[in-house]
Amino acid sequence: MTDAIRVKEEQPGVLSRILRSDLFYSFRRSPITVISAAVTLVLILAALFAPWIAPHDPFDPASLDIMNSLLPPQWTADGQAGFLLGTDDQGRDVLSTILYGMRISLAVGFASVVLAMALGVTLGLIAGYVGGITDTIIMRVADVQLTFPAILTALLIDGVARALAGPQAYEEIVFFVLVLSIGLSFWVQYARTVRGSVLVEANKEYVLAARLIGLRSSAIMFRHVLPNVVGPVLVIATINLALAIITEATLSFLGVGVPPTQPSLGTLIRIGNDYLFSGEWWVTIFPGITLAILALAVNLLGDWLRDALNPKLR
Amino acid sequence: MTATLSVRNLRVEIPTRHGVLTAIDDLSFDIAPGEVLGVVGESGAGKSITGSAIIGLLDPPGRIAGGEILLGGERIDNLAPPAMRRVRGKRIGMIFQDPLTSLNPLYRVGDQLTQTILTHEKMTARAALDKAERLLVEVGIPAAGARLSSYPHQFSGGMRQRVVIALALAADPELVVADEPTTALDVSVQAQVISLLKRLCKDRGASVMLITHDMGVIAETADRVCVLYAGRLAEIGKVRDVVKHPQHPYTHGLMTAIPSLKGDPDARLEQIPGSMPRLGAIPEGCAFNPRCGFRFERCRAERPAAYPTSRSEASCFLLDAAGAAPPPETAAAARAAGIEVRAGAPTGADA
Amino acid sequence: MSAAETRTARPAISPPDTAPLVEIEGLGRVFDLSKRWLNRVLDGSGKVMLTAVDGVSLSIERGGTYALVGESGSGKSTIAKMVVGLLPPTSGSVHIAGADIWAERGLARQRQLHRRIQMIFQDPYASLNPRWRVGSILAEPIKAFGLAADAAAREARVGELLSLVGLDPRDSAKFPHEFSGGQRQRIAIARALASEPEFIVCDEPTSALDVSVQAQVLNLLRDLQQRLGLTYLFISHNLAVVRHMATRVGVLYLGRLVEEAPARELFAAPKHPYTKMLLDAVPDIGMEGVERPSIAGEIPNPINPPSGCHFHPRCPHVMPQCRTVVPPSYAVGDAKVLCHLYDGTDHAGTARSAP
Repeated sequence: MTDAIRVKEEQPGVLSRILRSDLFYSFRRSPITVISAAVTLVLILAALFAPWIAPHDPFDPASLDIMNSLLPPQWTADGQAGFLLGTDDQGRDVLSTILYGMRISLAVGFASVVLAMALGVTLGLIAGYVGGITDTIIMRVADVQLTFPAILTALLIDGVARALAGPQAYEEIVFFVLVLSIGLSFWVQYARTVRGSVLVEANKEYVLAARLIGLRSSAIMFRHVLPNVVGPVLVIATINLALAIITEATLSFLGVGVPPTQPSLGTLIRIGNDYLFSGEWWVTIFPGITLAILALAVNLLGDWLRDALNPKLR
Repeated sequence: MTATLSVRNLRVEIPTRHGVLTAIDDLSFDIAPGEVLGVVGESGAGKSITGSAIIGLLDPPGRIAGGEILLGGERIDNLAPPAMRRVRGKRIGMIFQDPLTSLNPLYRVGDQLTQTILTHEKMTARAALDKAERLLVEVGIPAAGARLSSYPHQFSGGMRQRVVIALALAADPELVVADEPTTALDVSVQAQVISLLKRLCKDRGASVMLITHDMGVIAETADRVCVLYAGRLAEIGKVRDVVKHPQHPYTHGLMTAIPSLKGDPDARLEQIPGSMPRLGAIPEGCAFNPRCGFRFERCRAERPAAYPTSRSEASCFLLDAAGAAPPPETAAAARAAGIEVRAGAPTGADA
Repeated sequence: MSAAETRTARPAISPPDTAPLVEIEGLGRVFDLSKRWLNRVLDGSGKVMLTAVDGVSLSIERGGTYALVGESGSGKSTIAKMVVGLLPPTSGSVHIAGADIWAERGLARQRQLHRRIQMIFQDPYASLNPRWRVGSILAEPIKAFGLAADAAAREARVGELLSLVGLDPRDSAKFPHEFSGGQRQRIAIARALASEPEFIVCDEPTSALDVSVQAQVLNLLRDLQQRLGLTYLFISHNLAVVRHMATRVGVLYLGRLVEEAPARELFAAPKHPYTKMLLDAVPDIGMEGVERPSIAGEIPNPINPPSGCHFHPRCPHVMPQCRTVVPPSYAVGDAKVLCHLYDGTDHAGTARSAP
């Protein structure tokens, strides 16, 4: 792995190995998973390339026209060409704000999952492999962390950051505050899973064999044990991605997330919420549907991955 | 006399993404009343699958794709699940490797025994409890009356397997299918459990199908033995014959590869090259041919049937009196190994 | 192969060859199975100690195979772990070529010592990291002990090791799951040989294998021993296998070495009643149809073993002192036996079949 032996013989390429793997087979066999993967991929690509595919740039004040505010979707009686899903109160094209909003939602989601994963996996490895008092301390902290709902942790960190930074600076660091708050509230699951797997793996004979040649504990943990516990970690990460996106949306909906000038899906839903009862339903419904589809697709992918990697369910 | 169990051309298939695997291929054998038939084979030979097929508990997606299984002359392979459930327990008793899987950890041993008895027999609860106690006494559990109210985890490994034997015999079955009954036990306990199983079945006239990988256990317990290789019958015959005068090259290799407490300890063990093929990659012709020291042309092209010899029956072309002769040196080598080469002999005069 | 031979045949840094390579003195291990302190106080339970290994002493000749035989709870795997340095003993010492492996100070010296002791494990499915290619698995010890000058030398050595155990050097590009159980055990043997050890502990190396493959692995172990002058500690519950491999045999019962003798002597004339019982109990293809004397009882719980001689509740020759006095080691010919029958006095009344 680290020092792959060079091979003279021809080896199957990475692609063909993937195509022949059991994982890919179970993927192909599940239509729902294929659809979820396609939807997720389309949404991620759409978010990535938003500046190129969005019909308008919602963040360019010069292009906004207040006369266009609150236009209904194009296909309705009062709809106007060029604004497929209508416009919001400031005359921004809803489709474009959704595309740009997804960028922020996904970025926060991915970044916080990576943070939670790095933190949780490291702490879980240490707890499981070192054991003893270190293990006790880490896992008790994890227990305490679990007693706080994710939203509460996030609100707390957000509040502290807001107070410390001041409103001006806060807008600049809000992305990192969100990532930190969501990431910190999700690490426990990784730590617990990894610790459990490490306890199982550490007693396997290949780890004993590695100890016999005098490898350092850190080398054994990262080179031998870690590659064997990535399966469950990936599953949690996928399911957590959906959760993180929803948490971000919830925070933004509650008004502690990203500001309306740089709206995420959650912010868009909140903005639209004010107009829901005056009949301008499209401002909140379309971001809401997008959020639901995104979260559902990612979640279904996670479910499939969990079943596919669990040999007992095969 | 009708055989207790009769397996005719059994074929078990397991559909997978790589195609349909044939786990058991054209397997036939009989178990006479009161007889102990040992079924041996290495991992992947299909011995446990044969057992599961007989008791109707094949793991899905495995399925019986051909042949018949007859219990006391009646077909049981095509019974509906409820009817099969009545056959299991009442007419076929089962003993598995891990006693903990056969015993429900949440119920007292006495309750499990009386339940089994009452399911299959009409009697009062009181009488069932008495019978349960008698069974525990019979399997040699000390203070049986008191132990009726113990839970499975309160027994030691050997005692637990005794309880499982009592459970298997509770409804006086005609056939007991024992799948590796002693593999999880220590050597000193293993001997006790085997002799107990053998004695109890003999007393009741029950037939036993003893599935194990341990030739030693078979040698001491079984009347006849059936050797499987890659889901096919290699050899079947009386234990003494198969152990002392194996006729199939695989059985021959197996017998010389097993270290024994007799003989010269410094002698090098004979070894069979290679290992059992995976189910997806069973060679053409005779499944054993790539590992066989006596193979000749025919072995690569055709599948052997079971041919009779003066002692056992074995699936090997060397024994086919009607078949083409192997090269002389192969025949000579096989004869030197004790195989009654009949192929190519004008009248099968070797016997 | 010649390279392997020259390397293993390097001049010994140790005492003359006549001295035993491995000396184990009074080795003991106690496990604390108690609940946590707070739980103990709450339910008023005491400490629970398990004596897994109790004062085991033995020595292994250079180039010899010492077999430890025992059933579950005998402590044989615990001894293996203490001998290779995976588990510290509670008492006693392990010397390899005169150096105490548990008292050695200094990382470099310790590593040097560990290089000379390797282990082959029971389960070839668990002993190879499933995510590593075989080449990387074999290269790891070579790299860890700095035994090859560069990557090319390492690769050459990996190929050499694979052919040494009867595999194809090209197999180094494959993953463990592409091999059968017997082939995996060959890879595990190659890994143990990679650090050029003199002493290998084989912990039930064939009990997870099928019989036709078992013979291959046993033959390979014997060939390698002759070729490379290896010394083995061979742990097994299978007496027939032990008989084929060992030069000397020790029989363990609940952590104590109840009998040890040269292999031939032990199998021809077992002395301890437990050894006799074990030999009587083994199902064997050579013994078909033989009625066995029935054996009573099961192995007691090692947490609370019987007093005196641990075997006394199952022993057909039990005498009053067996229940109270732990038997010392008596020398009987070349054998050492922990049994009161051999204390020199005449037990004709009680011990019907004692020699």
